[in-house]
Amino acid sequence: MMETQAAVEVPHGAPSVEPLVAIRNLVKFYVRGGQVIPVLTDINLDVYSGDFVALMGPSGSGKSTLLNLIAGIDKPSAGEIHVGGIDIAVLSEGDLAAWRATNVGFIFQFYNLMPVLSAFGNIELPLLLTNLSRRERRERVAIALSLVGLSDRQDHYPNELSGGQQQRVAIARALIADPTIIVADEPTGDLDRATAEEILVLLERLNRELGKTIVMVTHDPKTADKAHRLIHLEKGVLVD
Amino acid sequence: MHFALLVLRNAFRHKLRTLLTILGIVIAIASFGVLRTIVDAWYAGANASSSARLVTRSSVSLVFPLPITYAEKMRQVEGVKSVAWANWFGGVYVSERNFFPQFAISGASYLDMYPEYTLKPEERKAFLADRVGAVAGRKLADKFGWKVGDQIPLRGTIYPGTWNFTLRGIYEGRETATDESQFFFHFDYLNEFIKKKYPRRGDQAGVFIEELKDPEQASPVSLAIDATFRNSLAETLTETEKAFNLGFVAMSEAILLAIQAVSYVVIVIIMAVMANTMAMTARERYGEYATLKALGFRGGFVARLIFAESLGIALAGGALGIALTFPAVKAFSNLVGQILSAFYVTNETIRLQVACALVVGVVAAAVPAWRAARIRIVDGLRAIG
Repeated sequence: MMETQAAVEVPHGAPSVEPLVAIRNLVKFYVRGGQVIPVLTDINLDVYSGDFVALMGPSGSGKSTLLNLIAGIDKPSAGEIHVGGIDIAVLSEGDLAAWRATNVGFIFQFYNLMPVLSAFGNIELPLLLTNLSRRERRERVAIALSLVGLSDRQDHYPNELSGGQQQRVAIARALIADPTIIVADEPTGDLDRATAEEILVLLERLNRELGKTIVMVTHDPKTADKAHRLIHLEKGVLVD
Repeated sequence: MHFALLVLRNAFRHKLRTLLTILGIVIAIASFGVLRTIVDAWYAGANASSSARLVTRSSVSLVFPLPITYAEKMRQVEGVKSVAWANWFGGVYVSERNFFPQFAISGASYLDMYPEYTLKPEERKAFLADRVGAVAGRKLADKFGWKVGDQIPLRGTIYPGTWNFTLRGIYEGRETATDESQFFFHFDYLNEFIKKKYPRRGDQAGVFIEELKDPEQASPVSLAIDATFRNSLAETLTETEKAFNLGFVAMSEAILLAIQAVSYVVIVIIMAVMANTMAMTARERYGEYATLKALGFRGGFVARLIFAESLGIALAGGALGIALTFPAVKAFSNLVGQILSAFYVTNETIRLQVACALVVGVVAAAVPAWRAARIRIVDGLRAIG
């Protein structure tokens, strides 16, 4: 197995030397009209538990693709992705869906809330895949709402919330099932500077106080500053 | 609960689109119901026919009458229980628009042969005792506001002159399909007129009706009756009452087939409209479906969401369409008068309407659900923003 670029040092926040996410020889390409289009080439990367990692790079560098592969919403063309000891690259679609439900929390650039559900309903969504009782779900949602400071907005629908509030609901939804890892794709991309700062402070808090492992894609250096570790990609390859 | 809530809220996310789609289904299902009812009504006479009765007419054409004397010979045919006869009158009540069947009947022998026309004993007695007496069906009497004792004038067309009858009884059908639009009076009254006015046309009946001892013997008895009058001046054609009535229906068979075809075309059209609506709806929500899948929901869940929404809309429209069918049929019945007598919505029609609504809901959702279930999460997420 090739020595990984990130295997030399133990990053900030990592309680042990075993990485939470271990990527080995990862390759991703698409085939369009008979032509092979490479997206990621021979990626080797470790992310440790409690890490707050920012993936940076110009447009088309493959950072979102890498994030999608770590989150289990895309499959690599070759290589291994171990998350919490499980090689998710070999899981079936059904197993991958079940794995995501309990291991991954998503934060999207455009929030991706269900417009027909209230803040409460949106946050509760991932818990519908568990065996929790209605009362237990209610309690957890209440805690999550409190954590993101939106207890008084639980009955509001997405179109009644500001961008920042919607992203907070999305963050609460990402946390609700106590996932192994939180992936955030340009979480502040659609927010003004002040609101973006609030969201980043919240993410920092989740990482610092709750020990959540966060992998975040961003093209904004100010956003990336909040992370503890920066990983640069260019043309599908990790660079120093 | 959450699933139902999600489906309901999604269905009414675009209220106007959903309401217009439901309206389209309501109209389609109601139209289907009315058209099927028209076809059913056309066949109702034949379907309500008794298997224990035969009808004998001239083998040349129904237009040519048969001698009354045939009745006695028919009674002697093995298997015949009783014989009655009737003549089509074809008169006009007030206006040509007030069409209803009018028959000059052989009195008690005819009424005995049709137990499904239930008449009060005193009314039957009064009718039989009155030479100019008449009996009308309940539907007919209600339409014109007739009561027992009323004078009913008919303007003769085949038999010229004004004919005045005294309504002695109103019969009610024993079954829903029984024709209550008919008007009966005495053959003897008509025959007297014919013998005076057209002596050579007297003592002739338009059709004979034979009641069988054993309904299973319809075929041999029919042949035996016709054999009795073979090579006579007026040869006969005997068939079951059902076949006789179906003969009239057959004249309009092409029209009936067209009506049935149109009824299904209407359903296919609304199915296409609904399919377009669901395809559009699903496409708009690819991002949401991708998000749900990212969160851990399976493709099957997404498909069920789409199917449930489609079925909900289709069944809502179907239920309203079925409800609308009844007043629509009533309105149509008032328009056509007595041309179609047994005009009501059958349980079979309602079942077909429900089935059509179900099929519309399922078929409309099939392709969008399949596509949405199979959508790649990364492709669906690209649809957002």
